[in-house]
Amino acid sequence: MNLLLFLIGFPLALAIVLLILPWVGLRRALVRIGAIVLSIATISLLTLHFSKDILYFDLGSGLINKAMIGIEALVCAYIIYMSVRFKKYWAGILSLLQTAMLIVFELSQGRAAHVEHNLFIDKFSVIMALVAGVIGSLIVLYATGYMQQFHHSYHKGLKDQRRVFFPVIFTFLSAMFGIIFSNNLVWLYFFWEITTLCSFLLIRYKKTAEANENSFRALTMNLLGGLGFAAGIIYLQHFFGIAGLDQLLMANKTGIMLGVVLLCFAGLTKSAQLPFSSWLVGAMVAPTPVSALLHSTTMVKAGVYLVLRMAFVLQGTLCGFLVALIGGVTFIISSLIAISQSDAKKVLAYSTIANLGLIVLCAGIGTYEAVWAGLMLIIFHALAKCLLFLCVGEVEHKIHSRNIEDMEGLIVTMPKLSIMLQIGIAGMFLAPFGMLISKWAVLRALVDTNPLLVIFVVFGSAATVFFWVKWMGKLIIVSHPKPEMESGISRWEWTPLVLLSLLTIAICGFFPLVSSNLVEPYVIEIYGKTFTMSAGNIHIMSLMLAMVMLFPLSFFNYGKKVKVVDAYLGGANSESRTEFSGFRGEVKSIELKNYYLMNYLPESKLLRLGVLVTVIFMVLMLGAVWI
Amino acid sequence: MDLKAIAIVVSYIILAPVAGGLLAGIDRVISARMQARRGPPLLQPFYDVFKLFNKENLVVRRSQNFYIWFFLAFVIFTGALFFSGGDLLLVIFALTLSGMFFVLAGYKASSPYSFVASQRELIQMMAYEPMVLLCAVGMYMVTRSFYVSDIAFSHKPLIIYLPALFAGFVYILAIKLRKSPFDLSLSHHAHQELVQGMTTEFSGRALAMIEIAHWYENVFILGFVYLFVANNPLAGLAVVSAIYFFMILVDNTFARMKCRFALESSWAMALVLGLGNILVLFFIKR
Repeated sequence: MNLLLFLIGFPLALAIVLLILPWVGLRRALVRIGAIVLSIATISLLTLHFSKDILYFDLGSGLINKAMIGIEALVCAYIIYMSVRFKKYWAGILSLLQTAMLIVFELSQGRAAHVEHNLFIDKFSVIMALVAGVIGSLIVLYATGYMQQFHHSYHKGLKDQRRVFFPVIFTFLSAMFGIIFSNNLVWLYFFWEITTLCSFLLIRYKKTAEANENSFRALTMNLLGGLGFAAGIIYLQHFFGIAGLDQLLMANKTGIMLGVVLLCFAGLTKSAQLPFSSWLVGAMVAPTPVSALLHSTTMVKAGVYLVLRMAFVLQGTLCGFLVALIGGVTFIISSLIAISQSDAKKVLAYSTIANLGLIVLCAGIGTYEAVWAGLMLIIFHALAKCLLFLCVGEVEHKIHSRNIEDMEGLIVTMPKLSIMLQIGIAGMFLAPFGMLISKWAVLRALVDTNPLLVIFVVFGSAATVFFWVKWMGKLIIVSHPKPEMESGISRWEWTPLVLLSLLTIAICGFFPLVSSNLVEPYVIEIYGKTFTMSAGNIHIMSLMLAMVMLFPLSFFNYGKKVKVVDAYLGGANSESRTEFSGFRGEVKSIELKNYYLMNYLPESKLLRLGVLVTVIFMVLMLGAVWI
Repeated sequence: MDLKAIAIVVSYIILAPVAGGLLAGIDRVISARMQARRGPPLLQPFYDVFKLFNKENLVVRRSQNFYIWFFLAFVIFTGALFFSGGDLLLVIFALTLSGMFFVLAGYKASSPYSFVASQRELIQMMAYEPMVLLCAVGMYMVTRSFYVSDIAFSHKPLIIYLPALFAGFVYILAIKLRKSPFDLSLSHHAHQELVQGMTTEFSGRALAMIEIAHWYENVFILGFVYLFVANNPLAGLAVVSAIYFFMILVDNTFARMKCRFALESSWAMALVLGLGNILVLFFIKR
């Protein structure tokens, strides 16, 4: 209990202190110490809570509830101010609507519905806390080094707002812990809105027109979800007296479905499912640590967290099926779009949306196998995606571009970073790495319940292979000689990168432990039975992992017993290794450019299709409530 | 892993290249007869590969052959997992892993020809993967197991339950066997450099290894075909032989298609034949 309060309170307190302290050096030291303390605290949460099942905590809620209402009103006022100032009125209207709705409701009859326990912790919360706490702290550590370079070397014209930046990030983490540990839905909603606000502030960090535009898009979409959340809470409390997550899971399915669907709607907006995917793609204007934070640990993971919590209720219902369809469509459409993207951050963004789609698909199915797969996906995705973002951020600083075409030969120019990138990419799609274990489980979960949904997974995963491998290939091509340029990266950046790479590999070796100690107990808690990978298959996976790990050893053989020749250039090689004579005798240099199939898979058309289909599903979902 | 499985794996590792080489020899003889030529001796593929081992190892990038080593290793792994009765989904994932190493080898070679072919190979992988996974799903729906051993000894004529999936699988077989009309990334007929693609920059031992990997892969693929008729071994062998002959016939009668056609038509097949078959099964079983 104390530890829970510490995890929520400590980052918040730290944020306030950081905001007040005038000394830069002290602030930076505090940020680093804070990040380390936070990760230690989450790991000790794991050890303290290792053998225990679900625990509920009561906390005098009178004063805290009042404070929350006060803060909500302040947040609303701030959003309205901003929306008037930048003439983005929708955000203000949405915020005013939901805040007014909830405050009026709270004050008039909020006390009628009683929540016994405001906070709780189970194995799912522990998993989420580890993701947010450990990976989140690594991102913060990285950011201390990265932002230094960001301002001093690469974006000199930009106003340095690190004084606000780190407090916002710590508030964000605090709110994330709040979401994870709240049983009281009103509390959950409160923290939910705080993350929306924090993401808004972080996305508009650069204060350019584009950043402004995209931050308001994110804000509006998430507020729309928040509106659904508020409506869901009021519906559930008013008609069924349900005010806590635990009551929701135990309630009779038939009546509460509308409330559940509204909460899912909130989850879908936050996890950037189609038709709301554009806010997450737009969010990449923010500095890289922010992207990493949004994509891997906080924000979108809060979205899928809520939807996965609903999985038990969704199981076997028409609404659940429609949620699964939205996830499935999102998975395949964004995977196909990712093929046509050459901007590394955009590829990562679409791949995040796709993987979240897979998790939503699992939640919609809602069987114990699917939930197992969904939880595993959250863990694996968080690690690999965070690593990829941080690497791309570093590469962008060095080559001043995030175009994948410009990353040609990175294996020579930035060997360490390129190997880390490759580990991250492998972690995203390749057997025997993490995501594939989950994909295997998703397929198994689907064939037992609804083979129709298999289609989304098989086509989507075929598309993911294409865009990841061609990126990986681009990293290892060396056509023109280039100098090494991997210097000037501080150890504050190296340490998180190395740790994340190691974790990405280690989690594949130790996933049976993660599964049996964290994921399976949760699944048993809810369903009474669980899913495990058979021992034989675990051995096969480990064997594959071991084989892949042998690959670096082959470099002991580097350049032995081979004769190096020039590449075949149609028999017209000229003096240089990478030039050839054209048909008029002029000397041309070779250029190797990846396929993007841009005319074939146009982003705008695919998006339009995806939005159309998912909007129809969403409308149907609201209709399906009554069946 | 029990002793029987180990015996199977060992005999697979030893016998598969022999069988694969013979199949390649048969292919060349039959192809020659179809073109009214006399053709090489049956054992010609073995002579070729032995000769390659004695050739000089020419490379463009010094590390390009490492990828070939792992390509071969994972092709063998895929087949071993398949024939020892492992999980069919893992078999398919291992196949993808091996394919990825091959593609990366083409990238690493950093030559325009192997580069283009690598991407064609990727598109081909993207084309056939859904169909193969759907076959596994269909087999699961009939036998309630993903294990090859359970599927093979289920005593159910899978081909009766999964006729459309079988037809779809035969369609993408041309991609995996590297036959016309889909020999886009690597062809055995040396018409043009672009088509010799993936192997353009590989010579000597590396080229021999690619050829051997191809043999292993062919045996595995025909094993997959056999799975559809595994309830009756004699009929199974007949079907596999007929399909192999059919693929040679197709190879000799069809012109090469474009990449886009390979992708679109395979996905359409997977969607219509694969999904159709699975949905019919699903509703009958209910």
